[in-house]
Amino acid sequence: MKGENGPLVHELFGRGDYGLISEIVEPGSCVLDLGCGEGELLAWLAEHKDVDARGVEISPAKLQKAIAKGVSAYQGDIETCLADYPDKAFDYVLLSQTLQEIRYPLQVMKDILRVSRRAIVAFPNFGHFSVRLAHLFNGRAPKTKLFPYDWYDSPNIHFLTVDDFEILAARQNWQVERRYFLSGTREVKSFPNLMAEVAVFVVSNR
Amino acid sequence: MVATTHSKQFESIELESGVVLSPVNVAYETYGTLNADKSNAILVTHAFSGDAHAAGVDAEGQKGWWDNQIGPGKGFDTDKYFVICSNVLGGCKGSTGPSSINPATGERYAMTFPVITIGDMVTLQKMLMDSFGITRLLSVAGGSMGGMQVLEWAVRFPEAVASAIPIASTARHSAQQIAFNEVARQAIMADPDWADGNYYDKKPPGRGLSVARMVGHITYMSDESMRQKFGRRQREENGIFEVESYLRYRGSQFVDRFDANSYLYITKAMDMFDLANGAQSLVPVLAKSRTRYLIISFTSDWLYPSYQSLEIVSALRRRNQDVAYIELTSNYGHDAFLVEVDEQTELIRGFLARTMKEVAKR
Repeated sequence: MKGENGPLVHELFGRGDYGLISEIVEPGSCVLDLGCGEGELLAWLAEHKDVDARGVEISPAKLQKAIAKGVSAYQGDIETCLADYPDKAFDYVLLSQTLQEIRYPLQVMKDILRVSRRAIVAFPNFGHFSVRLAHLFNGRAPKTKLFPYDWYDSPNIHFLTVDDFEILAARQNWQVERRYFLSGTREVKSFPNLMAEVAVFVVSNR
Repeated sequence: MVATTHSKQFESIELESGVVLSPVNVAYETYGTLNADKSNAILVTHAFSGDAHAAGVDAEGQKGWWDNQIGPGKGFDTDKYFVICSNVLGGCKGSTGPSSINPATGERYAMTFPVITIGDMVTLQKMLMDSFGITRLLSVAGGSMGGMQVLEWAVRFPEAVASAIPIASTARHSAQQIAFNEVARQAIMADPDWADGNYYDKKPPGRGLSVARMVGHITYMSDESMRQKFGRRQREENGIFEVESYLRYRGSQFVDRFDANSYLYITKAMDMFDLANGAQSLVPVLAKSRTRYLIISFTSDWLYPSYQSLEIVSALRRRNQDVAYIELTSNYGHDAFLVEVDEQTELIRGFLARTMKEVAKR
């Protein structure tokens, strides 16, 4: 049950979602990466796609590495940093594996779609069968490859599934331009809510 | 790397006040080699008591004030970049200032020297860049008052500045910063030897200038760094506290190398500086700039606190301008910008390399 039939996606820095993002973003775009870490994705986009690369990172140690790579990043909190920006300042805002960690994800999504033409949102799918099985058979907060943390020590404060995101998008009248589902580095073509480990959505306002 | 200070004279400079100063000298040093298309030049701007001697060792064996950051393989890598540093207008280290001779009278200017601004300092630097045939600087970089000049460059000559690195600086002084400068100025002017500024053939106002410098040094350190450096230790021979001894030493040493009238004029220029020209918001004035920014502040710097850097960062974001910002952790207070070398080296090196690529694309 690993979605063996899907095609392999291109990996970047060992991550399928990075690989997808690197293909989606058009050359010369202006991109903001929320939670850019050490800036490897942005530095790659600047180097190979001539992207105007901006980043926000809360950890000073990671931020320092990002700036040292030549990425225009600054220390900031994802929940508050977008308020300063003018409307549609960016072509893409990236939120990679962070949506489940922020306190007010809906507000952040709304802010993103105000400052950017599109959002690329990647998140781990809590609906994946391994999570369901772990919970069903252990009766405890799931601890899996996808969610490797103990409940008391986890950065994840929301547990959303592929279907949850689709429902929210429909309710908010967002346009889901593209959707990709990954299991490891393979694309999942059927039953994504059950089979996808990671979902990548390209979203815009209608 | 042996450094030599050069001097250039220009016929005149028109100041922001409308006064024309003629002639005007500028003292400067350069490190590295200017490339054929003159695209690798970096102007380094000094802080309040700095001078043109930024790097290398001078004839007296003195290291430059930013020698740990400028040189082969350092943050400002002189194997790649051509680095220039000049003494500010109003200074006392080779550029025209209150201690210079007024050719109209044959006497020192003293307090007849015209009021100067950070903008005037930048104008003189621009004249120096023009004399080199440099039309666009790869970067302008400096800490504290140097950072004010950096910001002024970015808004006054937007097309001439590819990138800007203001460190531990501000777009305008707060009341607290003005207050400390005023205490220093009053200390100088309260010294009878100051004699309304006409002390040049007599005893200089050493006591006042020394007290001014002592106040300055307190503001450059932090509670933590003073605790670590001095604690409550006392000197055995005379029982005075280490911190007292240190401040007295720094104060008296300063008297030998700095002109009291320059102190008055330059601190006033800092206090008067307001990038927004009296407006509340920095957004409109910064919207003029076409510059990439690397802004750095330090956690324990209470003289130029991080909120002042953040105000600039926030204004740049309003127009989605290109800005990298980091608050580095340090115990050294305002002095951190000269002391915390390794982190800054890494940041500056990466930022300049990226800027060089962007410039090549243009």
